Amino acid sequence: MTGWLAMGGYAAFVWPAYAVAVIVLGGLAAMSWRRYRAVRRELDAARRPGDDA
Amino acid sequence: MLTRLANPARFMRASGAVLPWLAAATALVLAVGLVWALVFAPPDYQQGESVRIMFVHVPAAWMASAAYLFVAVASAVALVWRHPLAEIAAQAAAPVGAAFTFVCLVTGSLWGRPMWGAWWVWDARLTSVLVLFFLYLGYIALVNAFDDPARGGRAGAILALVGVINLPIIKFSVDWWNTLHQPASVFRLGGPTIALSLLLPLLLMALGFTLLFAALVLLRMRTALWERRLRALRLYGGVSLPHAAE
Repeated sequence: MTGWLAMGGYAAFVWPAYAVAVIVLGGLAAMSWRRYRAVRRELDAARRPGDDA
Repeated sequence: MLTRLANPARFMRASGAVLPWLAAATALVLAVGLVWALVFAPPDYQQGESVRIMFVHVPAAWMASAAYLFVAVASAVALVWRHPLAEIAAQAAAPVGAAFTFVCLVTGSLWGRPMWGAWWVWDARLTSVLVLFFLYLGYIALVNAFDDPARGGRAGAILALVGVINLPIIKFSVDWWNTLHQPASVFRLGGPTIALSLLLPLLLMALGFTLLFAALVLLRMRTALWERRLRALRLYGGVSLPHAAE
């Protein structure tokens, strides 16, 4: 396990590379999903009869 | 099929049905791909374990160019046929393409430091991909720079089309100039030159990134269509509009 984590001496390059990919792409996916839910909720609220939004 | 789906209401129905399956497939392929890339793929005989960076870097680079082509083609359709879905597709894809380009640049830098001894060199491949990143940022900024979304959309579409010239430059930069960046080893005449044990996880990650791109573009297109409907509702009150999606 420690041997695997060490990545043959390239740990300082391999792990940050994967971390950046997960953070950037995962972050974009999370942001897109939150916006999707928020807009859906706003739309439902705007459509409610008697609601002036 | 594309012309049938080009109706916003049909698009909302179809994309709503496809999206959960697409998201599940993306998660599954990326999970298997990551474990394969990080655990089961063998170290390269020259690069050692640093080759694992390639399983993220190369698919991200492919997606960076492919996403730009998608933005450009959708922009052309939007300019020529004035189809609202095409413009929405281009604008939904641009931030996803920019994210892939950023990942490509950073992971390439993290590989270049131990392998080349430099975080960055101004060779033709690296420079043209940096230009691609700025094209994405310029497109996104231009689209949002106008009070009238229609004008922003047109200006952005024209920029996207002009920027297409950069795509062949990226692809052939390693052949046309003496670059430090290595030439193509997968999509080349005569077939791939990398070992199957490294090629398979690479292709799996590429499939995962492609699925992720498709899922995010659909999700962001649905969001944009809802936003348009919301704007219309707020402008015209409760009056029902033709083409109201879903």
